[in-house]
Amino acid sequence: MKELINDSARLSGSPLRGRGGLTKRIIPCLDIKDGRTVKGVNFENIRDAGDPVELGALYAQQGADELVFLDITATVEKRKTLSQLVNRIAHKINIPFTVGGGIGSVEDVSVLLQNGADKISVNTAAFKNPLLLNQLSKEFGSQCVVLAIDTKQEEDGEWYVYLNGGRTKTEAKCFDWAKEAVDRGAGEILLTSMNNDGTKKGFALDITRTLSTNLPVPVIASGGGGTMEHFTDVFEQGKADAALAASIFHFKEIAIPGLKGYLRDKGIVVRL
Amino acid sequence: MVLKIVKYNAGNIQSVLFALERIGVEAEVTDDVEELQTADKVIFPGVGEASTAMEYLKARKLDQVIKELKQPVLGVCLGMQLMCAYSEENDTTCLGIFEEQVLRFESNGSQLKVPQMGWNTIYDLKSPLMKNVREDSYCYFVHSYYASLGEHTIATTDYTKPFSAALNKGNFYGVQFHTEKSADVGEQILKNFIEIQPKP
Repeated sequence: MKELINDSARLSGSPLRGRGGLTKRIIPCLDIKDGRTVKGVNFENIRDAGDPVELGALYAQQGADELVFLDITATVEKRKTLSQLVNRIAHKINIPFTVGGGIGSVEDVSVLLQNGADKISVNTAAFKNPLLLNQLSKEFGSQCVVLAIDTKQEEDGEWYVYLNGGRTKTEAKCFDWAKEAVDRGAGEILLTSMNNDGTKKGFALDITRTLSTNLPVPVIASGGGGTMEHFTDVFEQGKADAALAASIFHFKEIAIPGLKGYLRDKGIVVRL
Repeated sequence: MVLKIVKYNAGNIQSVLFALERIGVEAEVTDDVEELQTADKVIFPGVGEASTAMEYLKARKLDQVIKELKQPVLGVCLGMQLMCAYSEENDTTCLGIFEEQVLRFESNGSQLKVPQMGWNTIYDLKSPLMKNVREDSYCYFVHSYYASLGEHTIATTDYTKPFSAALNKGNFYGVQFHTEKSADVGEQILKNFIEIQPKP
Protein backbone atom coordinates (compact mmCIF):
# COMPACT_ATOMS: atom_id res chain seq x y z
CA MET A 1 0.00 0.00 0.00
CA LYS A 2 2.89 2.28 0.75
CA GLU A 3 3.90 2.57 -2.90
CA LEU A 4 0.43 3.88 -3.73
CA ILE A 5 1.30 7.15 -2.07
CA ASN A 6 2.76 9.14 -4.86
CA ASP A 7 3.97 12.66 -5.15
CA SER A 8 0.58 13.98 -6.11
CA ALA A 9 -0.77 12.93 -2.71
CA ARG A 10 2.07 14.73 -1.01
CA LEU A 11 1.71 17.84 -3.09
CA SER A 12 -2.06 17.94 -3.28
CA GLY A 13 -4.10 20.98 -2.47
CA SER A 14 -3.70 24.70 -2.43
CA PRO A 15 -0.66 26.81 -1.77
CA LEU A 16 -0.15 27.91 1.83
CA ARG A 17 -2.88 30.27 2.89
CA GLY A 18 -2.89 30.01 6.68
CA ARG A 19 -1.90 33.19 8.46
CA GLY A 20 1.46 32.88 10.10
CA GLY A 21 1.80 29.17 10.77
CA LEU A 22 3.15 27.62 13.94
CA THR A 23 3.55 30.26 16.64
CA LYS A 24 6.34 30.98 19.07
CA ARG A 25 5.16 30.01 22.56
CA ILE A 26 5.17 31.98 25.80
CA ILE A 27 5.36 29.67 28.82
CA PRO A 28 5.03 30.82 32.41
CA CYS A 29 6.83 28.48 34.78
CA LEU A 30 5.40 27.80 38.19
CA ASP A 31 7.99 26.45 40.59
CA ILE A 32 6.24 24.44 43.27
CA LYS A 33 7.12 23.75 46.86
CA ASP A 34 4.63 22.32 49.32
CA GLY A 35 1.82 22.93 46.84
CA ARG A 36 2.62 26.64 46.41
CA THR A 37 4.45 28.45 43.64
CA VAL A 38 7.82 29.90 44.43
CA LYS A 39 10.66 31.40 42.42
CA GLY A 40 14.24 31.64 43.56
CA VAL A 41 16.77 34.06 42.23
CA ASN A 42 19.62 31.89 40.94
CA PHE A 43 17.73 29.04 42.60
CA GLU A 44 18.09 30.68 46.04
CA ASN A 45 16.02 33.18 48.09
CA ILE A 46 12.67 31.60 47.50
CA ARG A 47 9.62 33.85 47.57
CA ASP A 48 5.96 32.86 47.56
CA ALA A 49 3.87 33.68 44.50
CA GLY A 50 0.56 32.00 45.14
CA ASP A 51 -1.60 28.97 44.48
CA PRO A 52 -0.44 27.03 41.40
CA VAL A 53 -3.89 26.04 40.16
CA GLU A 54 -5.35 29.54 40.38
CA LEU A 55 -2.24 31.17 39.00
CA GLY A 56 -2.07 28.64 36.15
CA ALA A 57 -5.71 29.23 35.24
CA LEU A 58 -5.12 32.99 35.26
CA TYR A 59 -2.17 32.63 32.89
CA ALA A 60 -4.18 30.36 30.60
CA GLN A 61 -6.93 32.97 30.49
CA GLN A 62 -4.39 35.70 29.73
CA GLY A 63 -3.10 33.82 26.71
CA ALA A 64 -0.20 31.71 27.97
CA ASP A 65 0.48 29.01 25.37
CA GLU A 66 1.52 26.33 27.82
CA LEU A 67 2.43 26.04 31.47
CA VAL A 68 5.31 24.31 33.21
CA PHE A 69 5.03 23.17 36.82
CA LEU A 70 8.36 22.26 38.38
CA ASP A 71 8.57 20.72 41.82
CA ILE A 72 11.90 22.36 42.56
CA THR A 73 12.54 20.59 45.84
CA ALA A 74 11.61 17.14 44.62
CA THR A 75 14.99 15.87 43.53
CA VAL A 76 16.82 17.03 46.59
CA GLU A 77 14.32 15.84 49.12
CA LYS A 78 13.53 12.68 47.16
CA ARG A 79 9.88 13.58 47.06
CA LYS A 80 7.54 12.74 44.23
CA THR A 81 5.63 15.54 42.57
CA LEU A 82 2.16 15.37 43.98
CA SER A 83 -0.08 13.65 41.51
CA GLN A 84 -3.04 15.16 43.33
CA LEU A 85 -1.90 18.65 42.42
CA VAL A 86 -1.50 17.58 38.80
CA ASN A 87 -5.03 16.22 38.86
CA ARG A 88 -6.38 19.54 40.19
CA ILE A 89 -4.48 21.45 37.51
CA ALA A 90 -5.73 19.15 34.74
CA HIS A 91 -9.34 19.62 35.82
CA LYS A 92 -9.07 23.37 35.64
CA ILE A 93 -6.71 24.27 32.81
CA ASN A 94 -7.56 24.10 29.09
CA ILE A 95 -4.05 24.47 27.65
CA PRO A 96 -1.17 21.97 27.69
CA PHE A 97 1.06 21.70 30.72
CA THR A 98 4.33 20.00 31.61
CA VAL A 99 5.21 18.63 35.03
CA GLY A 100 8.77 18.17 36.25
CA GLY A 101 10.82 17.69 39.36
CA GLY A 102 12.21 14.46 40.77
CA ILE A 103 10.78 12.25 38.03
CA GLY A 104 12.91 9.14 37.86
CA SER A 105 10.95 6.20 36.50
CA VAL A 106 8.41 5.02 33.97
CA GLU A 107 6.02 4.50 36.88
CA ASP A 108 6.39 8.14 38.04
CA VAL A 109 5.55 9.31 34.54
CA SER A 110 2.64 6.96 34.13
CA VAL A 111 1.01 8.30 37.31
CA LEU A 112 1.45 11.94 36.22
CA LEU A 113 0.11 11.34 32.71
CA GLN A 114 -2.85 9.41 34.08
CA ASN A 115 -3.62 12.38 36.27
CA GLY A 116 -3.77 14.63 33.23
CA ALA A 117 -0.27 16.00 32.61
CA ASP A 118 0.41 16.47 28.89
CA LYS A 119 4.17 16.24 29.11
CA ILE A 120 6.72 15.48 31.79
CA SER A 121 10.21 16.87 32.10
CA VAL A 122 13.19 14.90 33.31
CA ASN A 123 16.57 16.26 34.29
CA THR A 124 19.00 14.68 36.76
CA ALA A 125 17.51 11.19 36.61
CA ALA A 126 17.80 11.10 32.82
CA PHE A 127 21.41 12.23 32.94
CA LYS A 128 22.28 9.53 35.46
CA ASN A 129 20.28 6.90 33.58
CA PRO A 130 19.95 7.93 29.93
CA LEU A 131 18.06 4.71 29.14
CA LEU A 132 15.14 6.33 30.94
CA LEU A 133 14.65 8.55 27.88
CA ASN A 134 14.45 5.53 25.58
CA GLN A 135 11.96 3.85 27.91
CA LEU A 136 9.77 6.92 28.30
CA SER A 137 9.62 7.71 24.60
CA LYS A 138 8.85 4.11 23.74
CA GLU A 139 6.15 3.82 26.39
CA PHE A 140 4.47 7.23 26.07
CA GLY A 141 5.83 8.80 22.87
CA SER A 142 8.51 11.45 22.40
CA GLN A 143 5.88 14.19 22.29
CA CYS A 144 5.45 14.05 26.06
CA VAL A 145 9.13 13.68 27.01
CA VAL A 146 10.82 17.01 27.75
CA LEU A 147 14.49 16.99 28.69
CA ALA A 148 15.33 19.82 31.08
CA ILE A 149 18.97 20.91 31.13
CA ASP A 150 20.47 23.35 33.62
CA THR A 151 23.62 24.65 32.00
CA LYS A 152 26.38 27.09 32.90
CA GLN A 153 29.07 28.67 30.79
CA GLU A 154 32.42 28.32 32.54
CA GLU A 155 35.54 30.42 32.09
CA ASP A 156 36.75 28.13 29.31
CA GLY A 157 33.73 29.32 27.29
CA GLU A 158 32.05 25.92 27.27
CA TRP A 159 28.52 25.26 28.48
CA TYR A 160 28.42 22.41 31.04
CA VAL A 161 25.52 20.36 32.34
CA TYR A 162 24.61 20.82 35.99
CA LEU A 163 22.44 18.49 38.04
CA ASN A 164 20.34 18.59 41.20
CA GLY A 165 18.82 22.00 40.58
CA GLY A 166 22.16 23.51 39.60
CA ARG A 167 24.11 22.31 42.61
CA THR A 168 26.23 19.59 40.99
CA LYS A 169 28.60 20.25 38.11
CA THR A 170 29.30 17.57 35.52
CA GLU A 171 31.96 17.36 32.83
CA ALA A 172 29.32 16.86 30.14
CA LYS A 173 28.87 19.60 27.59
CA CYS A 174 25.37 20.91 27.10
CA PHE A 175 25.11 20.34 23.35
CA ASP A 176 26.51 16.80 23.52
CA TRP A 177 24.03 15.80 26.19
CA ALA A 178 21.11 17.46 24.40
CA LYS A 179 21.97 15.65 21.18
CA GLU A 180 22.26 12.29 22.91
CA ALA A 181 18.96 12.87 24.67
CA VAL A 182 17.17 13.68 21.42
CA ASP A 183 18.66 10.57 19.80
CA ARG A 184 17.28 8.58 22.73
CA GLY A 185 13.79 10.01 22.32
CA ALA A 186 13.48 13.37 24.09
CA GLY A 187 10.89 15.36 22.12
CA GLU A 188 11.65 18.83 23.43
CA ILE A 189 14.48 20.57 25.30
CA LEU A 190 13.91 22.97 28.19
CA LEU A 191 17.20 24.84 28.39
CA THR A 192 17.95 26.93 31.47
CA SER A 193 21.08 29.06 31.53
CA MET A 194 22.28 29.38 35.11
CA ASN A 195 24.42 32.36 34.13
CA ASN A 196 21.30 34.23 33.06
CA ASP A 197 18.65 32.84 35.39
CA GLY A 198 17.37 35.47 37.80
CA THR A 199 19.43 38.27 36.28
CA LYS A 200 16.67 39.76 34.08
CA LYS A 201 19.43 40.73 31.66
CA GLY A 202 18.23 38.58 28.79
CA PHE A 203 18.28 34.95 27.70
CA ALA A 204 21.45 33.04 26.76
CA LEU A 205 21.16 33.53 23.01
CA ASP A 206 24.20 31.63 21.77
CA ILE A 207 23.63 28.27 23.44
CA THR A 208 19.89 28.49 22.71
CA ARG A 209 20.62 29.06 19.03
CA THR A 210 23.20 26.26 18.96
CA LEU A 211 20.67 23.77 20.24
CA SER A 212 17.70 25.05 18.32
CA THR A 213 19.40 25.18 14.93
CA ASN A 214 21.18 21.85 15.29
CA LEU A 215 18.50 19.66 16.83
CA PRO A 216 15.25 18.54 15.18
CA VAL A 217 13.12 19.17 18.29
CA PRO A 218 11.69 22.37 19.79
CA VAL A 219 13.82 24.29 22.28
CA ILE A 220 12.32 26.23 25.18
CA ALA A 221 14.67 28.98 26.36
CA SER A 222 14.68 29.72 30.06
CA GLY A 223 16.53 32.07 32.35
CA GLY A 224 17.12 35.78 32.12
CA GLY A 225 13.98 37.18 30.51
CA GLY A 226 13.46 40.62 32.05
CA THR A 227 12.10 42.87 29.32
CA MET A 228 9.87 42.40 26.29
CA GLU A 229 12.87 43.01 24.06
CA HIS A 230 14.60 39.99 25.59
CA PHE A 231 11.79 37.82 24.23
CA THR A 232 12.18 39.29 20.74
CA ASP A 233 15.90 38.56 20.97
CA VAL A 234 15.49 34.96 22.05
CA PHE A 235 13.06 34.23 19.23
CA GLU A 236 14.89 36.13 16.49
CA GLN A 237 18.54 35.71 17.46
CA GLY A 238 18.28 32.66 19.75
CA LYS A 239 15.93 30.87 17.33
CA ALA A 240 14.00 29.52 20.32
CA ASP A 241 10.65 27.84 19.68
CA ALA A 242 9.34 28.93 23.06
CA ALA A 243 10.41 31.16 25.92
CA LEU A 244 9.83 30.44 29.57
CA ALA A 245 9.82 32.84 32.48
CA ALA A 246 8.55 32.93 36.03
CA SER A 247 8.97 35.88 38.35
CA ILE A 248 8.40 38.59 35.75
CA PHE A 249 4.95 37.10 35.24
CA HIS A 250 4.27 36.27 38.89
CA PHE A 251 5.12 39.76 40.07
CA LYS A 252 3.29 41.39 37.14
CA GLU A 253 6.38 43.09 35.77
CA ILE A 254 5.32 41.87 32.32
CA ALA A 255 1.73 40.92 31.45
CA ILE A 256 1.28 38.19 28.85
CA PRO A 257 -1.25 40.05 26.62
CA GLY A 258 1.05 43.08 26.49
CA LEU A 259 4.05 40.90 25.73
CA LYS A 260 2.27 39.10 22.91
CA GLY A 261 1.04 42.35 21.39
CA TYR A 262 4.61 43.67 21.50
CA LEU A 263 5.97 40.53 19.82
CA ARG A 264 3.32 40.65 17.11
CA ASP A 265 4.23 44.26 16.37
CA LYS A 266 7.84 43.10 16.00
CA GLY A 267 6.76 40.60 13.35
CA ILE A 268 6.93 37.49 15.52
CA VAL A 269 4.08 35.00 15.07
CA VAL A 270 2.21 34.60 18.34
CA ARG A 271 -1.26 33.44 19.33
CA LEU A 272 -3.47 36.39 20.22
CA MET B 1 -27.44 12.20 26.01
CA VAL B 2 -25.08 9.26 26.49
CA LEU B 3 -21.53 10.05 25.45
CA LYS B 4 -18.94 7.26 25.39
CA ILE B 5 -15.21 7.50 24.91
CA VAL B 6 -13.48 4.56 23.24
CA LYS B 7 -11.10 2.94 25.71
CA TYR B 8 -7.90 1.69 24.12
CA ASN B 9 -4.16 1.78 24.60
CA ALA B 10 -3.72 5.44 23.79
CA GLY B 11 -3.05 8.49 25.90
CA ASN B 12 -5.06 11.67 26.51
CA ILE B 13 -8.34 9.96 27.46
CA GLN B 14 -8.16 11.60 30.88
CA SER B 15 -7.60 15.02 29.33
CA VAL B 16 -10.64 14.57 27.09
CA LEU B 17 -12.75 13.62 30.12
CA PHE B 18 -11.59 16.69 32.03
CA ALA B 19 -12.31 18.95 29.05
CA LEU B 20 -15.85 17.56 28.75
CA GLU B 21 -16.31 18.09 32.47
CA ARG B 22 -15.31 21.75 32.04
CA ILE B 23 -18.10 22.24 29.50
CA GLY B 24 -20.54 20.38 31.73
CA VAL B 25 -20.78 17.11 29.80
CA GLU B 26 -20.60 13.70 31.39
CA ALA B 27 -18.92 10.85 29.56
CA GLU B 28 -17.85 7.30 30.23
CA VAL B 29 -14.80 5.44 28.99
CA THR B 30 -15.54 1.97 27.67
CA ASP B 31 -14.39 -0.73 25.26
CA ASP B 32 -17.67 -2.61 25.55
CA VAL B 33 -19.09 -3.15 22.08
CA GLU B 34 -22.73 -2.82 23.03
CA GLU B 35 -22.16 0.31 25.11
CA LEU B 36 -20.41 1.95 22.16
CA GLN B 37 -23.10 0.87 19.70
CA THR B 38 -25.95 2.19 21.85
CA ALA B 39 -24.32 5.50 22.84
CA ASP B 40 -25.75 8.73 21.41
CA LYS B 41 -22.28 9.96 20.59
CA VAL B 42 -18.78 8.50 20.62
CA ILE B 43 -15.38 10.16 21.00
CA PHE B 44 -12.36 8.26 19.69
CA PRO B 45 -9.33 9.94 21.30
CA GLY B 46 -5.69 9.07 20.98
CA VAL B 47 -2.08 9.88 21.49
CA GLY B 48 0.34 7.17 20.50
CA GLU B 49 1.55 5.03 17.65
CA ALA B 50 -0.71 3.90 14.80
CA SER B 51 0.20 0.23 14.31
CA THR B 52 0.09 -0.61 18.02
CA ALA B 53 -3.25 1.13 18.36
CA MET B 54 -4.71 -0.69 15.32
CA GLU B 55 -3.54 -4.07 16.64
CA TYR B 56 -5.21 -3.35 19.94
CA LEU B 57 -8.46 -2.35 18.25
CA LYS B 58 -8.45 -5.40 15.98
CA ALA B 59 -7.78 -7.78 18.86
CA ARG B 60 -10.99 -6.53 20.48
CA LYS B 61 -12.88 -6.25 17.17
CA LEU B 62 -13.29 -2.56 17.91
CA ASP B 63 -12.04 -1.74 14.40
CA GLN B 64 -15.19 -3.15 12.84
CA VAL B 65 -17.40 -1.69 15.58
CA ILE B 66 -16.09 1.86 15.12
CA LYS B 67 -16.44 1.72 11.32
CA GLU B 68 -20.07 0.68 11.61
CA LEU B 69 -21.19 3.25 14.17
CA LYS B 70 -24.20 5.27 12.98
CA GLN B 71 -24.19 8.02 15.59
CA PRO B 72 -21.88 11.07 15.49
CA VAL B 73 -18.27 10.00 16.14
CA LEU B 74 -15.38 12.38 16.81
CA GLY B 75 -11.80 11.18 16.35
CA VAL B 76 -9.12 13.29 18.01
CA CYS B 77 -5.46 13.36 16.88
CA LEU B 78 -4.39 9.71 16.49
CA GLY B 79 -8.09 8.83 16.60
CA MET B 80 -8.63 10.91 13.46
CA GLN B 81 -5.58 9.42 11.76
CA LEU B 82 -6.80 5.89 12.49
CA MET B 83 -10.10 6.77 10.80
CA CYS B 84 -8.21 7.44 7.55
CA ALA B 85 -7.34 4.78 4.96
CA TYR B 86 -3.67 4.32 5.63
CA SER B 87 -0.85 5.70 7.79
CA GLU B 88 2.81 5.83 6.86
CA GLU B 89 3.52 5.33 10.56
CA ASN B 90 4.82 1.75 10.51
CA ASP B 91 2.98 1.11 7.23
CA THR B 92 -0.40 0.72 8.88
CA THR B 93 -3.71 0.00 7.20
CA CYS B 94 -6.29 1.99 9.15
CA LEU B 95 -10.08 1.99 9.42
CA GLY B 96 -10.74 3.52 6.01
CA ILE B 97 -13.64 5.74 7.05
CA PHE B 98 -11.97 8.71 5.35
CA GLU B 99 -10.13 8.03 2.08
CA GLU B 100 -7.38 10.49 3.04
CA GLN B 101 -3.84 9.18 3.56
CA VAL B 102 -1.73 9.88 6.64
CA LEU B 103 1.83 10.90 5.75
CA ARG B 104 4.90 11.87 7.71
CA PHE B 105 6.16 15.45 7.81
CA GLU B 106 9.53 15.32 6.16
CA SER B 107 12.06 16.98 8.42
CA ASN B 108 14.51 19.14 6.56
CA GLY B 109 16.96 19.56 9.40
CA SER B 110 16.25 22.30 11.88
CA GLN B 111 14.14 24.25 9.38
CA LEU B 112 11.17 21.98 9.98
CA LYS B 113 10.91 20.43 13.38
CA VAL B 114 9.01 17.19 13.67
CA PRO B 115 6.67 16.78 15.50
CA GLN B 116 4.83 19.98 14.84
CA MET B 117 4.31 21.06 18.43
CA GLY B 118 2.32 24.11 19.40
CA TRP B 119 -0.37 26.51 18.22
CA ASN B 120 -1.27 26.95 14.58
CA THR B 121 -4.27 28.36 12.71
CA ILE B 122 -7.16 26.50 11.11
CA TYR B 123 -8.87 27.97 8.01
CA ASP B 124 -11.37 27.18 5.24
CA LEU B 125 -13.75 26.04 7.96
CA LYS B 126 -16.83 24.02 6.98
CA SER B 127 -19.39 21.82 8.72
CA PRO B 128 -21.43 22.33 11.90
CA LEU B 129 -18.39 21.14 13.85
CA MET B 130 -16.80 24.53 13.14
CA LYS B 131 -19.85 26.62 14.07
CA ASN B 132 -18.93 29.88 15.81
CA VAL B 133 -15.23 29.21 15.24
CA ARG B 134 -13.51 32.12 13.52
CA GLU B 135 -11.34 31.59 10.45
CA ASP B 136 -7.67 31.47 11.46
CA SER B 137 -8.42 30.47 15.04
CA TYR B 138 -5.50 28.94 16.91
CA CYS B 139 -5.51 25.30 17.95
CA TYR B 140 -2.92 23.16 19.70
CA PHE B 141 -1.16 20.50 17.62
CA VAL B 142 1.31 17.75 18.50
CA HIS B 143 1.92 15.37 15.61
CA SER B 144 4.53 13.94 13.28
CA TYR B 145 2.02 12.61 10.73
CA TYR B 146 -0.74 14.46 8.93
CA ALA B 147 -3.79 13.63 6.85
CA SER B 148 -3.56 14.95 3.29
CA LEU B 149 -6.18 17.33 1.94
CA GLY B 150 -9.18 15.69 0.36
CA GLU B 151 -12.87 15.97 -0.31
CA HIS B 152 -13.66 15.41 3.39
CA THR B 153 -11.42 18.24 4.64
CA ILE B 154 -13.42 20.70 6.78
CA ALA B 155 -10.48 22.68 8.18
CA THR B 156 -7.00 23.27 6.81
CA THR B 157 -3.69 24.06 8.54
CA ASP B 158 -0.28 24.83 7.06
CA TYR B 159 2.94 23.28 8.27
CA THR B 160 5.18 23.79 5.22
CA LYS B 161 2.22 22.39 3.28
CA PRO B 162 -1.52 22.54 3.78
CA PHE B 163 -3.03 19.47 5.43
CA SER B 164 -6.37 18.37 6.90
CA ALA B 165 -6.81 19.86 10.37
CA ALA B 166 -10.31 18.33 10.46
CA LEU B 167 -12.34 15.86 8.39
CA ASN B 168 -16.01 14.99 8.09
CA LYS B 169 -17.83 12.26 6.23
CA GLY B 170 -21.43 11.54 7.15
CA ASN B 171 -21.60 10.87 10.89
CA PHE B 172 -17.80 10.72 11.25
CA TYR B 173 -15.74 13.73 12.32
CA GLY B 174 -12.04 13.96 13.01
CA VAL B 175 -9.72 16.68 14.29
CA GLN B 176 -5.92 16.57 14.16
CA PHE B 177 -5.45 19.18 16.89
CA HIS B 178 -6.20 18.59 20.54
CA THR B 179 -9.64 20.04 21.19
CA GLU B 180 -9.15 19.24 24.86
CA LYS B 181 -6.08 21.49 25.01
CA SER B 182 -7.02 24.25 22.56
CA ALA B 183 -8.39 26.71 25.11
CA ASP B 184 -11.72 28.40 24.20
CA VAL B 185 -11.59 27.32 20.54
CA GLY B 186 -11.25 23.67 21.50
CA GLU B 187 -14.12 23.96 23.96
CA GLN B 188 -16.32 25.51 21.27
CA ILE B 189 -15.59 22.62 18.91
CA LEU B 190 -16.35 20.05 21.61
CA LYS B 191 -19.62 21.87 22.33
CA ASN B 192 -20.44 21.86 18.61
CA PHE B 193 -19.88 18.12 18.48
CA ILE B 194 -22.16 17.63 21.47
CA GLU B 195 -24.87 19.65 19.70
CA ILE B 196 -24.70 17.79 16.39
CA GLN B 197 -27.98 15.95 15.93
CA PRO B 198 -27.81 12.34 14.78
CA LYS B 199 -29.37 11.79 11.37
CA PRO B 200 -32.74 10.07 11.80
